[in-house]
Amino acid sequence: MAEGEILVEVKNLKMWFPITQGIVFQRHIGDIKAVNGLDFFVRRGETLGLVGESGCGKSTTGRAILQLYRPTGGDVLFEGQSLCTMKGEPLRHMRRKMQMIFQDPYASLNPRMTVGDIVGEPLEVHNLMSGKALRDRVMDLLEVVGLNRYFINRYPHEFSGGQRQRIGVARALAVQPDFIVCDEPISALDVSIQAQIINLLEELQKQFGLTYLFIAHDLSVVRHISDRIAVMYLGKIVELTTRNQLYDNPLHPYTQALLSAVPIPDPAVEEKRKRIILTGDVPSPANPPKGCHFHTRCPVYIAGTCDVEEPEFVDIGNEHWVACHRARPDRTQS
Amino acid sequence: MATLLQVRGLKTQFFTQDGIVSAVNGIDFELNEGETLGIVGESGCGKSVSVLSLMRLIPSPPGKVVGGEAMFQGRDLLRMDNEEIRSVRGNKIAMVFQDPMTSLNPVLTINQQVSEALELHLNMDKKQARQRTIELLDLVRIPDATNRIDDYPHQFSGGMRQRVMIAMGLSCNPQLLIADEPTTALDVTIQAQIVDLVKQLKEEIGMAVIWITHDLGIVAGLADRVNVMYAGYIIESADVKDLYASPRHPYTLGLLGSIPRLDAEIKTKLTPIDGLPPDLIEMDAGCPFAPRCKFAIDRCLQENPKLETVGRRHVVACWVDVAGGKR
Repeated sequence: MAEGEILVEVKNLKMWFPITQGIVFQRHIGDIKAVNGLDFFVRRGETLGLVGESGCGKSTTGRAILQLYRPTGGDVLFEGQSLCTMKGEPLRHMRRKMQMIFQDPYASLNPRMTVGDIVGEPLEVHNLMSGKALRDRVMDLLEVVGLNRYFINRYPHEFSGGQRQRIGVARALAVQPDFIVCDEPISALDVSIQAQIINLLEELQKQFGLTYLFIAHDLSVVRHISDRIAVMYLGKIVELTTRNQLYDNPLHPYTQALLSAVPIPDPAVEEKRKRIILTGDVPSPANPPKGCHFHTRCPVYIAGTCDVEEPEFVDIGNEHWVACHRARPDRTQS
Repeated sequence: MATLLQVRGLKTQFFTQDGIVSAVNGIDFELNEGETLGIVGESGCGKSVSVLSLMRLIPSPPGKVVGGEAMFQGRDLLRMDNEEIRSVRGNKIAMVFQDPMTSLNPVLTINQQVSEALELHLNMDKKQARQRTIELLDLVRIPDATNRIDDYPHQFSGGMRQRVMIAMGLSCNPQLLIADEPTTALDVTIQAQIVDLVKQLKEEIGMAVIWITHDLGIVAGLADRVNVMYAGYIIESADVKDLYASPRHPYTLGLLGSIPRLDAEIKTKLTPIDGLPPDLIEMDAGCPFAPRCKFAIDRCLQENPKLETVGRRHVVACWVDVAGGKR
């Protein structure tokens, strides 16, 4: 997978949220560095998985790429055009090409709008269709995502979680985007329904040539759906590579721990597995540790190096990027 | 091993405006001393309601335990008067809930909350209770327990709060710890810590555990026995190895097939279970899983199958033998 046109490129993306104090005069006393310098790209037609624990900044990354948050620093290039400097009508025009599927199918659909209004709204907002053409298009979309086309006049409360998520998918598809950010699209669903939505997303990708940024915390699901996977920890990507490399040869100690923590539904395997149990909790992104952000929990950290110097995020060959002093072949001797 | 808990025909219903919701439909199960039982199922299958019924924590109205018995150490939990059940709850049977963010009281310190059970059930004075609380926090591996005991819940992270909940659960040396999705709200690395902790504590204290979850992965590494529930029925129950090696109910089979496995080869497509779980208000006469079942025959739509033994300590409720051959 070394070829393919680059659709989205993220350069040193930073998204900081200010911490303020005071009621009348809000003094700026610090920043939550939710996303702190990301570099990666997504190729046309691929699925890039973004995994990490809660609070690591993965959802913020998705939103900052789509300019739902205006990034604090860095840039996002979509088809070579810089989104961060774009405003007004040109940006609105670009938004047609990038859409989002949200995590919570209960909170992301307006309960007072019919399914037809919800799915048709993006088309109306972008002045693409109206009247009967709009209605027909919405019905077609409902069929594409596996719902009955006559559900168009119903309200969200009449649907189950899985069906609602299908409505969310139809809404994202309405404007025929190239790129969709899927922000934990299945974590709110029941196990037996999750597979239905994953299969749907995969079929749609094939059918429409979609590019996904798939954000999730479930590594088994991410492995199933992604071509390449990025692992985030405390606002930074610590490892990024193809899915097979990541699972067969994880180089960052955090990736290794994360993989070993995922339970496998087979008692025979579980009995023999060795777990790397990380101690402690994720530090606060307002005050991240010095040096490598992971060194406070790292089982193999090098005193004097990891707690002082921040490792660079470098390609060590074969499309395998990693940010760890241990993983650098030129450093391991020391 | 002696039997610790024996549940027979437990039936719980909720009387709502829309009709009677049959959340638990006459389930039978047993638990031996020191054993870990996993209860697996999707939301609304009755897994939480069944243990809440045992603890007599079903809000009434609208809920009511309408039948069955639950023998715990020779006494029926469902027929105890309020005084008696209160002496069991939190003492001999302890419970850890799903959401560590909402199950602790935000305006009380950790010490006040953990000590409460000690003072109530074990008649300790404040000083003794405080000492024991520190021991308990040490036991669940909270670093620097002596200094953190007077902190408030908001000063603890999610994983630490769940440890505090477990410490509260363990405070009176229970014979049975019921954990209702204790790790669902936590991250995988924290989940691994908690699972590991409960396993170790079980060895140290020798209590039995009922672990409720929707994650077949956790159960595989933790439980001795597993009950699979669907629409208020136990549809399969077996020793953990038998269940994963030879699942006999189409639903169990479907659940195992629909989740991608981290260690398996990557399939091009997952095999989901089609359709939706049934509405518990209007249940038809047949097997509740029949409308979604690939193996369903005519009989499945007319008659609900009972649990039948198909192997050593392995029971399943299905008219069709999915492993092949006739039943």
